[in-house]
Amino acid sequence: MTSANARRFNIGGAIITIITVIAAVLWAFPIYWGIVSSFKLEDEVVRPYIELWPETPTLRHYWFALTQTQIGSWYLNSVATALGVTVLTVSTSLLVGYAISQLRFPGRRPLWWLILASFMVPTQVLIINHFVLIANMGLLNTWAGIILPQLIHPVVIIVYKQFFDQVPREFREAAVMDNASEFRILTKVYIPMNWGVTTALSIVTFIWAWNAFLWPFLAVTRTEMMTITVGITQVSDAFGVYYARQLASAVLAGFPVALAYLLFQRRVTQAITLSAGIKG
Amino acid sequence: MIRNARKDTLIAYVLIAPFVAIYGLIFVYPTIDMFILSFQDAPLITFGPQTPEWTGLDNYTRLPDDRRFGTAFWNTAYFVLLTVVPGTLVALAIAMGITRLSGRLQALVLALFFLPYILPVSVVYRIWDWTLNFQFGIAMHLFDVLGIDRVPIFKTSTWFMPAVAFVTIWWTCGFSILLFLAGLRAIPTEIYEAAELDNAGRWTVFRKLTWPLLWPITALVLTIQLILQLKIFDQVYLFSIGGRPNDNLVMVYYIYQRAFQNDDGGRAAAIAVVLFLIVIVVSVLNFQLLRLAERKT
Repeated sequence: MTSANARRFNIGGAIITIITVIAAVLWAFPIYWGIVSSFKLEDEVVRPYIELWPETPTLRHYWFALTQTQIGSWYLNSVATALGVTVLTVSTSLLVGYAISQLRFPGRRPLWWLILASFMVPTQVLIINHFVLIANMGLLNTWAGIILPQLIHPVVIIVYKQFFDQVPREFREAAVMDNASEFRILTKVYIPMNWGVTTALSIVTFIWAWNAFLWPFLAVTRTEMMTITVGITQVSDAFGVYYARQLASAVLAGFPVALAYLLFQRRVTQAITLSAGIKG
Repeated sequence: MIRNARKDTLIAYVLIAPFVAIYGLIFVYPTIDMFILSFQDAPLITFGPQTPEWTGLDNYTRLPDDRRFGTAFWNTAYFVLLTVVPGTLVALAIAMGITRLSGRLQALVLALFFLPYILPVSVVYRIWDWTLNFQFGIAMHLFDVLGIDRVPIFKTSTWFMPAVAFVTIWWTCGFSILLFLAGLRAIPTEIYEAAELDNAGRWTVFRKLTWPLLWPITALVLTIQLILQLKIFDQVYLFSIGGRPNDNLVMVYYIYQRAFQNDDGGRAAAIAVVLFLIVIVVSVLNFQLLRLAERKT
């Protein structure tokens, strides 16, 4: 009886496994389809039957995007602003996380409440006031203007605090005995012990910033200052629609983050589970 | 140690100074400014020489009769309904499938399911706008096979929200899958071994063991999804290009439209305050529910 039952179990299991694998392939298929279409000629793309592989693979849409559009500037803007957001967010969050975790000072509780409050306030409702603020500062259409309102990432602080809390007290006490300054303790003990978290948080912050749409879309009106995420949706050809061309620019926009994910899969996964408050 | 207290304080203030400066400028100040603006009649883009006029509660009292506000409110609710629970269930099902696999196959399958989450919304938009294209989209072949008439999906108000919800689930599911996988991994295997000895069927094991043990994660995923989807804008805006934006309005879209297309900062701020309050209330309620759920288990 038991063995028959076990076999039923295994057949059921095998079926579930097969379904999962097929579902995964179908799930990612639209991405494949977008990429493959971007390598086809425009008249191949609109054929009324399905071709899973381009008949005459061509790079001409990529060539067009790179030479005839402002995609180069958009890339630069995206890299600069995403890096800016990452460096500023991670460094300021690290310092605050350390202060809250390791130091006792007046105002510590209100500070913690401020961080938790910003966790709940949706930044989308602040777009009007961000716009007025950035406009008054004369920062519309600048990198600084794109970066500033994107610096609200309380989750990075919270993760840092948790990790600093877990560093055994003995390390700190030993360092204090040696008369090490607070700055030394931070740079020689706490930061090196948590490089993994810093890497993980930096990668996902970069991905979030690269993918940001709403604010970069509002902060920029001049096409040459757009980030690539916004740019590829705002500029279209005046004469008809070129599907393959549009897809090629989309592939270019998605490539850096997809690559970052594939290279640092484990770190990305870790940072994302951490950001939801789960120890990965 | 006491001798160090003042030094500690000083150091702490130096460490938090950059953060406090940034948050003061881009979080505290704009939040207060939003409330003030919502009681004013203030043009946004055409900065006039005149100071904005105080209008009391006018911006709020006009909301119930505002047809576009009604559309935005109900569409947001509809969108939440279409994405939160379905998206969570899809993610759970996928995670259950992935957790059975191991090694390279598991890594590969997870990557395939997770990849969309990593992509910028505009890339997701391009991919699906192409896949579901009325004339040349590959999905239309499926429609033909199933004998459904082809429809220009994003140009019709009946199809628009469900289609955007579908794309959103596809796009954001990876995040929930990761959380479910972490939750499933935390369940001790001995529990399943015991169930196997009892000859419990697959469905029974899921219903009696996995589901209750996983509930805290499920509640967390639902909470995150709910708050996320209340703030939806990007996809709705993008898929509305060349379509019927006024039928597809959601809350953030309406804030954008009022502020940046109608140049009406005051009324836009009032809508922003309403959404702000909705999100806060939902967050607080959810937080309390989560605490209750944790106490039970």
